[in-house]
Amino acid sequence: METGTARAPPPFWAGGPAPGQTYIPGWPGPAPAATVLPFTRTLSPMVTGTSVLGVKFDGGAIVAADMMGSYGSLARFRGISRLLKVNDTTMLGASGDYADFQYLSQVIDQMVIDEELLGDGHSYSPKAIHSWLTRVMYNRRSKINPLWNTVVIGGFYNGESFLGYVDMLGVAYEAPTLATGYGAYLAQPLMREVLEKKGSLTQEEARDLIERCMRILYYRDSRSFNRYEVAIATEKGVEVEGPLTLEANWDIAHLVSGFE
Amino acid sequence: MAAVSVLQAPSGGFSFDNCARNSLLEAELGGKGQRLPAARKTGTTIAGVVFKDGVVLGADTRATEGMIVADKNCSKIHFISPNIYCCGAGTAADTDMTTQLISSNLELHSLSTGRLPRVATANRMLKQMLFRYQGYIGAALVLGGVDITGPHLYSIHPHGSTDKLPYVTMGSGSLAAMAVFEDKYKQDMEEAPEEMSVSGGVCVCLSAPTIWFSCVLTLLQEEEAKQLVRDAIAAGIYNDLGSGSNIDICVISKNKLDFLRPYDVANRKGNRYGRYKCEKGTTAVLTENVALLEIEVLDETVQTMDTS
Repeated sequence: METGTARAPPPFWAGGPAPGQTYIPGWPGPAPAATVLPFTRTLSPMVTGTSVLGVKFDGGAIVAADMMGSYGSLARFRGISRLLKVNDTTMLGASGDYADFQYLSQVIDQMVIDEELLGDGHSYSPKAIHSWLTRVMYNRRSKINPLWNTVVIGGFYNGESFLGYVDMLGVAYEAPTLATGYGAYLAQPLMREVLEKKGSLTQEEARDLIERCMRILYYRDSRSFNRYEVAIATEKGVEVEGPLTLEANWDIAHLVSGFE
Repeated sequence: MAAVSVLQAPSGGFSFDNCARNSLLEAELGGKGQRLPAARKTGTTIAGVVFKDGVVLGADTRATEGMIVADKNCSKIHFISPNIYCCGAGTAADTDMTTQLISSNLELHSLSTGRLPRVATANRMLKQMLFRYQGYIGAALVLGGVDITGPHLYSIHPHGSTDKLPYVTMGSGSLAAMAVFEDKYKQDMEEAPEEMSVSGGVCVCLSAPTIWFSCVLTLLQEEEAKQLVRDAIAAGIYNDLGSGSNIDICVISKNKLDFLRPYDVANRKGNRYGRYKCEKGTTAVLTENVALLEIEVLDETVQTMDTS
């Protein structure tokens, strides 16, 4: 072991105060532009939910969504709820980014609590929630930082059923039948046909229609799942039923063999 | 039995000749500010279903050129052979020319073999040609027909893949039509046909479970199949902007062929309620000045039009 040259010991720590020196944390610091990460915005959804269906019937409305959160093409979460019961008159279902839906749920739940604390006897109506959400979504998109969701709001308030749609661009409208995502292509034609033949549906008919449409979505949408939830709003309140399972019919499999 | 093919066997691979010509044309016209004419797409709903004795093919009748309806009543169900018809979606020129070519080749082939052509043969010819062109021929087809082996239905995609299925849909309205099929196709298989239900309601109820439990698949009856295809095309017409106008149906079975065009006029043009013509005298005439034009007739010829 050499005793000649004494080497300075390795520093105990880096980037911190030196013994005996005046320490001013963060001074002078590197230029702010280098450390602060650029403000990033939602570029693409991560965990997503597929279609949400909504149907108005005589005396209320139904909103249905399957219980799957897809991570791209991976069926990652197969038991998540994409429906939210806002209060006894309103419910909503969201497709698109699940994280944004969870944030939205948090905000809405807090709003409902704050309102209950007011104790003035008023509660949010479905139209009010729809209107509020439209403004929120539109303003977020105007800042190029959208909540990547398409939301279906359903409810029954003051004797009238309500069904509204808001998407991540702030596009909002009301209709007797609604569907987001692939539902718009697969389920909407069926729902519209039934509603056009019969001007209004009973609760059982609407429920039956929703089940038929969910089954077709399970057959033909590759990001769907056969377990789903249904939220029904009537004068009695909002009831979320689920998880319900769909049975698929594979009888035609016997007719298919090869591709030519 | 070596059948000498009277067809010209095409040289292998993809011919890139027209690609060079197209890029030259594009550059030439683009420089002058003109755009190449847009391909006329059919933007369609076409569908087919296999029923007990044959197949039913259906199509809408709208042809679009971008956002404009180019043809309100075009025929999308093309003749391949007397027992085989083909619906076409995608680029209109591609579907027309492809089906005509295969129809012609199939006729020659049929004369050569001395047999009624088979649907599988038409399928092979179509897919081999489309694959050769690597998807550049934008023809998505629903091919159906009845031959000696029975009724067959195929869907053929522009890149050359084929599927042999009991029910198929293609085109921009295919999802709407497929939703109708998925909802109602199996359901109809269990229903007793309308003719039987008239004779005895009780009989129908009792026979239904036996049909179900016996493993014979009771296929769609013809009227149900026609109604199902009509409903599927209607779903496409009313819910897809690329499809519209009327519904054409073609029923092919062993003994007959029904080419029903139109089967259902789903969209009728509205009638004008008022007369918009202004009668003479609506605008007051203040002065009238007639000036004769002096013309010297030099030569008079008659050219007949070729109205053949």
